[in-house]
Amino acid sequence: MENGRPGAENLGDRAFNGILWVLGIMILVVAGLIVLNLALVARPLAKDHSIWGFITQTRWDPVEDHFGALTFLYGTLVTAAISIALAVPVAIGLSLFITQFAPTKLGRVLTIPVELLAAIPSVVYGLWGLFIVVPWLRESIEPWLGKYFGWIPLFQGPPIGLGYLASGMILAVMILPTIVSVSVEVMKTTPETNREAALALGATKWEAVMMAVIPYSRAGIVGAVLLGLGRALGETMAVTMVIGNTPQISASLFAAGYSLPAVIANEFAEATSNVHIGALAGLGLILFATTFLLNAGARVLVTAVQKGPSRVRG
Amino acid sequence: MKKLLMGAALLLGTAASAQGLLINGAGATFPFPIYSKWFSEYNRLHPDIKFNYQSIGSGGGIKQFTDGTVDFGASDAPMTDEQISKASDVVHIPTVLGADVVAYNLPGLADLRLSPANVANIFLGKITKWNDPAIAADNPGAKLPDQAIAVAHRSDGSGTTYIWTDYLSKVSPEWKEKVGKGTSVNWPVGLGGKGNEGVTGIVKSTPGSIGYVELIYAIQQKLPMAQLKNKDGNWIKPSLEATSAAAAGVQMPDDFRVSITNADGKDAYPVSGFTYLLVHKDAKDKAKGTAIITFLRWALTAGQAMATQLDYAPLAKPVREKALQKVDTLTVQGTKISAK
Repeated sequence: MENGRPGAENLGDRAFNGILWVLGIMILVVAGLIVLNLALVARPLAKDHSIWGFITQTRWDPVEDHFGALTFLYGTLVTAAISIALAVPVAIGLSLFITQFAPTKLGRVLTIPVELLAAIPSVVYGLWGLFIVVPWLRESIEPWLGKYFGWIPLFQGPPIGLGYLASGMILAVMILPTIVSVSVEVMKTTPETNREAALALGATKWEAVMMAVIPYSRAGIVGAVLLGLGRALGETMAVTMVIGNTPQISASLFAAGYSLPAVIANEFAEATSNVHIGALAGLGLILFATTFLLNAGARVLVTAVQKGPSRVRG
Repeated sequence: MKKLLMGAALLLGTAASAQGLLINGAGATFPFPIYSKWFSEYNRLHPDIKFNYQSIGSGGGIKQFTDGTVDFGASDAPMTDEQISKASDVVHIPTVLGADVVAYNLPGLADLRLSPANVANIFLGKITKWNDPAIAADNPGAKLPDQAIAVAHRSDGSGTTYIWTDYLSKVSPEWKEKVGKGTSVNWPVGLGGKGNEGVTGIVKSTPGSIGYVELIYAIQQKLPMAQLKNKDGNWIKPSLEATSAAAAGVQMPDDFRVSITNADGKDAYPVSGFTYLLVHKDAKDKAKGTAIITFLRWALTAGQAMATQLDYAPLAKPVREKALQKVDTLTVQGTKISAK
């Protein structure tokens, strides 16, 4: 950047630099404005609710204008957790297969259906969930889980099909392409020399992958998972069609629940009282904060772990 | 370049003159099919007048009307006193009737009967199984399975919910105290479905489920409907005639804001309700105001015949006449518009 003639080049560089700065700051400004706007709309809520009270109470009563966000926060976190638990192993495995183990042509062919999955609209996923996944869960999977694992509180209760498990499964399918496509790109950037060095030292193919590819792409994979998590937290239509829309907290995965984006989508159009609208805006703020905290937390975790055993990146 | 500009100006000019009058409205989803039909028919008869209606929900309709962003609103629930205080010149004009039916999924049981107490207790979560003795008492001789009742309700705010909870508040003091009535309530039990379609979907696909949907959906989706006991003590099968009968026996107040759930009348279906168009008492815009008034007159006369074709219950004669009288009192910039 410092080489080259001063004068014109410097001005061009500086202008370009300036433009990038502006664009970067604009993103922060837009995010800040969104938060500010939501906070302003949520102000009527402050009359009878404290912030802590709003976050930790469970009662959601539009008639009495008394609101609590806990059930929705719980539902959002649970469905996101289920989707991550189901999608991440499959996604990483699929990415490894596409980049390391499959013949190149097969790898390229496999990315096509994965990218198609990303293009399917959310409401279509919801319909698929409602008509295919929910009856399948209600008739086959949930009774089986209840029968053999019913001693775990996660698998207790009547199998109705709709609920956390259904939404988690559908979300897993929805975030899979996100995680796979980014992971594949990251894994492809692993220098071949690292892998070949490992193989030369006598590692098996699997060991070479574990020693050379995974540590190199770890940060990128975490980034991919966070992208997927972000989508899972914010997904609205597909979730509201299969989660049962019941504001309750239950330990069982078979139970119906509710999520933050689902309740906002369902109730916003008809909400007339300012407190009700304020409560929904408050839920939006909570969703924003949750996504931000999870992202930040994951990045901190990655940096902390990276400083440790990963000596490959030096 | 000049030719291009002239051509563009000519095009815009013709477009503007062919525009005609556009009247915007928004509100309830329940009457959307009949309003759509009315607006398109009316446009056919009066090609220079076009109505644009967005079915965003009763609450949205009230809000947009109060804010003045639309020329008229539509709502299943009449505006509350608090809402009227913010839009003091609103006039409610009833257009058609709707009814909520109890749809259920119990294969093999054709004619389920539910007394008001049982309906309330099912939705309160106090009756949890189909073979509960209280339900058996309403249905002597019927084979009721030992199955859990899966209750379905609306997850979005809606006029359908308002009519339903209004009925439950009238027949069950416990419901009135615990839950109350509204377009969105704190349901004690049940799964939430989005829209009438959502509840229909839950009921159709979940064995042992029960839910409330608009009569039209139940008829068109061929859902089994339960018979309810009306105030006079008769078991009524939900139908368009029974819905109209509910309105006939009611003492209509001047502002038409009345609840006709649990109405008197031997043939009255107990969970019926009006749907209203919300208009200004005195319209500011001459063309739009006149058009709205003439449309209302048409809707309350010729339009009513189209209602039954689309499975809506038309207004009974006394209500219709009273509504027409009300329309006669609407003014445009201070002057009344006489019926031609």
